[in-house]
Amino acid sequence: MKEFTCIVCPRGCRLKIDDELNVTGNSCPRGAEYAKNEVTNPKRMITSLMRVKNRENCVVSVKTSNAIPKGMIFQVMEEINKTGVNAPTNIGDVAISNVLNTGVDIIITKNIK
Amino acid sequence: MIKRDLVIIGGGSAGMAAAIEAKKNGIDDILILEKDSVLGGILNQCIHNGFGLTEFKEELTGPEYLSRFANQVDELGIEYKLDSLVLDVSENRLVTYSNAHDGVVTIEAKAIIFATGCYERGPGAIQLAGDRCSGIITAGTAQKYLNIHGFLVGKRIVILGSGDIGLIMARRMTLEGAKVLCVSEIMPYSNGLNRNIAQCLNDYNIPLYLSHSVLRVEGKKGRVEKVVLAAVDDKMKFIPGTEMEFECDTLLLSVGLVPYVSLLDKLHADMSSTRGAKVNDQLMTSIPGIFSCGNCLHVHDVVDFVTDEGRDAGRGAANYIKGLSNKQKHLEVKPGNGVSYVIPQFIETDLNNDITFKFRVRKPIQNVFVNFSSGEELVHKVYKQVLIPSEMVMIKISKEKLTNVKDEIVVSIKERE
Repeated sequence: MKEFTCIVCPRGCRLKIDDELNVTGNSCPRGAEYAKNEVTNPKRMITSLMRVKNRENCVVSVKTSNAIPKGMIFQVMEEINKTGVNAPTNIGDVAISNVLNTGVDIIITKNIK
Repeated sequence: MIKRDLVIIGGGSAGMAAAIEAKKNGIDDILILEKDSVLGGILNQCIHNGFGLTEFKEELTGPEYLSRFANQVDELGIEYKLDSLVLDVSENRLVTYSNAHDGVVTIEAKAIIFATGCYERGPGAIQLAGDRCSGIITAGTAQKYLNIHGFLVGKRIVILGSGDIGLIMARRMTLEGAKVLCVSEIMPYSNGLNRNIAQCLNDYNIPLYLSHSVLRVEGKKGRVEKVVLAAVDDKMKFIPGTEMEFECDTLLLSVGLVPYVSLLDKLHADMSSTRGAKVNDQLMTSIPGIFSCGNCLHVHDVVDFVTDEGRDAGRGAANYIKGLSNKQKHLEVKPGNGVSYVIPQFIETDLNNDITFKFRVRKPIQNVFVNFSSGEELVHKVYKQVLIPSEMVMIKISKEKLTNVKDEIVVSIKERE
């Protein structure tokens, strides 16, 4: 039996999961899925910034299109930090596709004219 | 004199929602005044995700969430002025603002909505002891430096206060290469969301010291060099012998937010213990035609609720402009046992089908009833398994239950026997 706080939404349910992957304490199906992932392959969303190359002192916010394996957070951060984009940027633009073969893209989250 | 139907002060999440809702309720002549160079307020620097679960059933980042409302403001043709600071508001609803293009302008408004947000408490507010060196900075300021301008304010960080901005910044600065040594919280519980303790601290092995505070800051050479923490007892007095020293270059403060209401204060509007104005069921303050919503009314945990409250104020202002919101009664709503505040503080109209009461409890409590009573009569009763101060409670009561109430309503917590 493992116990932890659900991070799927701000509600923060206290989840319990047993060895047969039965989840209790969740208020929604997403919580159950999170609990199962958390004991088999924990994943996290990352949000960060990227340099805007053609603007002076300018950064743009980005996020992962999906959660990435928790163990790869700092490797993905390195990829984000060494890549730059050019303005204009639009919300939803792909800045890095399939980052480190995770199947996850790095997506722009801010419009810069 | 320029005349407008509705002037909204602040173009953040509350202000934009208020404008959109007022427009949808038939008010066409609206002006939003925003002091920053973009709409969206604090959401611009909140690049993390988790916004919009109630509003859009998805998890958005701050900039994504705000852009949905900024787009609606544009689509509805609502006028806004950026880089425009409101200097004065008078009781007869004259709004004076200034910007580089218009100079100093006074507008006569039929209604005004305050949506001015909140500010962070600083070192003075908590009587922080020790050297007054550089490197002591509020978490929100550090967030703005990092997420808007791209500057990391320090490399070795101690965070005082476990509010959500502090927790979010612990993770954010760790991702950018800083070493966050610990988070210290003077209360025996955190005021941040549980999920932020899990995903911002536990994920990165950042210790959280509850019932601990900063004994002193050391930085004789001009920059923070050391922060000394110590445990506090239940009277918040430092316990000798529990000192812990952390060599660091930055102390981030995440020690609370306060509604930003200097202009309302000046008008002598009736103020509540939230430090925001007292409002009625239309979110109108004690000054006719002046409304308040969002974090300048009371500090919210989740932006979705700010948006919703903005809409309530937009509807309230539209009702007022259309002459619908005559006061028929004056029922006071008061916090009782275990409750720190309740909004609205007054019920004065019959315009709502239901009224949503918003309140916070004073301390974490389990297995309780929330009682809405008026004199001897119990108007409404709800069971709650867990209530904590960091989560605002919202309870909707139908119009039918409230119509016959004649006396003040007291909201109180009663433990289940």
